[in-house]
Amino acid sequence: MTDILKINEQTIPKFPKHVKFRHNKARDEWVILAPERLVKLDPIAVEILQLVDGEKDVKKITNELSEKFKAPEQTILQDVMEMLQSLSDKGFIEENG
Amino acid sequence: MDDVKKANLKTASQHGIQAPLALLAELSHRCPLQCPYCSNPVQLEKKTGELSTDEWKSVIDQAVEMGMHQIHLSGGEPTVRHDLEDIVEHCTKKGLYSNLITSGVLLNPDRIRNLEKLGLEHVQLSFQDTENENADRIGGFKGGHAKKLEVAKWVRDVELPLTCNCVVHRQNIDNLENFIQMALDLDAERVEIAQVQYYGWALKNRAAFIPTPEQLDHATAIVEKARIDLKGKLVIDYVIPDYYAKHPKNCMGGWGRRFLNMNPKGEVLPCHAAETIPHLKFDNVREKSLKWIWENSEAFNLYRGTDWMPEPCKSCDRKEIDWGGCRCQAMALTGDAKNTDPACSISPLHGEIFSMAADEARRAPPEFIYRRYGVKFNSPI
Repeated sequence: MTDILKINEQTIPKFPKHVKFRHNKARDEWVILAPERLVKLDPIAVEILQLVDGEKDVKKITNELSEKFKAPEQTILQDVMEMLQSLSDKGFIEENG
Repeated sequence: MDDVKKANLKTASQHGIQAPLALLAELSHRCPLQCPYCSNPVQLEKKTGELSTDEWKSVIDQAVEMGMHQIHLSGGEPTVRHDLEDIVEHCTKKGLYSNLITSGVLLNPDRIRNLEKLGLEHVQLSFQDTENENADRIGGFKGGHAKKLEVAKWVRDVELPLTCNCVVHRQNIDNLENFIQMALDLDAERVEIAQVQYYGWALKNRAAFIPTPEQLDHATAIVEKARIDLKGKLVIDYVIPDYYAKHPKNCMGGWGRRFLNMNPKGEVLPCHAAETIPHLKFDNVREKSLKWIWENSEAFNLYRGTDWMPEPCKSCDRKEIDWGGCRCQAMALTGDAKNTDPACSISPLHGEIFSMAADEARRAPPEFIYRRYGVKFNSPI
């Protein structure tokens, strides 16, 4: 078991092995699946999580989103960190390494 | 059908209900354990009546086409089936999240390694207690607990995620902290602390299991503290016996709203205990499609929504929160599945029934009435 994770700009987030970020074709929606858990995601969360690949750190994810949506990095960083922290607290995100 | 008007039943889509989220697949009722709180129906299905591998594969195809997200491979004991590997492989191929709910006692390292390779995504391993003697006594299987500890290790050796399923009651609830520690020691991601729910076989043994309100309060305090201390390390799911809750549980998220259950012979049920309601007629995937059944099956439509509700449910603010509680519990305790679940504090039968249960909790527990597969049917495991 890992220690409690505090997300920062250098954190490289990834999905734990038992957590699947998946597209459900029949429903045409992205969800997080874990044992007896189903998390429905808003479009912003989906954009962030599509960049979680176990290689990019939070800063890099923020940069890419900032370019894609032409939005200030500071605002996006806030969103990214909050969402990843909340998923991490529930056991849906962990740190690579 | 009592006074329910079958002809006027609304279907799933007329209730605005979407496709179910998950399928509980009881692959077999066969089981080497004899837990006195077994959740399977009192009448167990024989091996010869079980769905074939191809029939389960077709069910998986249909579940995915409907948009279901998860499948729980359960039983009885699902590992009695030698085609479990084929079923898991098919789930992986179709992208259905597969979860194995097992007692573990029939597993070996090779089989676990193979299941992991075939794409099994999660294992839920049941525990009856944290010490050999009492655990084996409750499960009625000598050497069971020691084997489970080994199985947990084999599961983690191949990095399969693990949940410890711990059923707690008055005869092991004092070990609650040990259950949580055991889950940590076994490197589980998650632990389910579930108080016995009293249907079917468990109801026969209620007096042997029901905790006192003081035991329950103590247990709840331990869980609440552990949840804070272990946040981010261990997920703790906790189910209290609803006898002591103010409101009934919103059983299955409402009858026929989110989940479906299939028994070993292919009947589709709104919940795993639904066979305890004698007037329900279940449709079978051998005759109808899963989609048709979800939409039209009378067993589902009878208690969908709120039209069927009597008072005090009908005029209750919480009727679309609790959905009237649990139909099976209403059946078991009041003799009519349509009644308000007596777990609800405003049910007219609440006082009488639950003071009886509370009396049982204060007396010495009686001997278990064990559940033995095969005594009735004499079928080999």
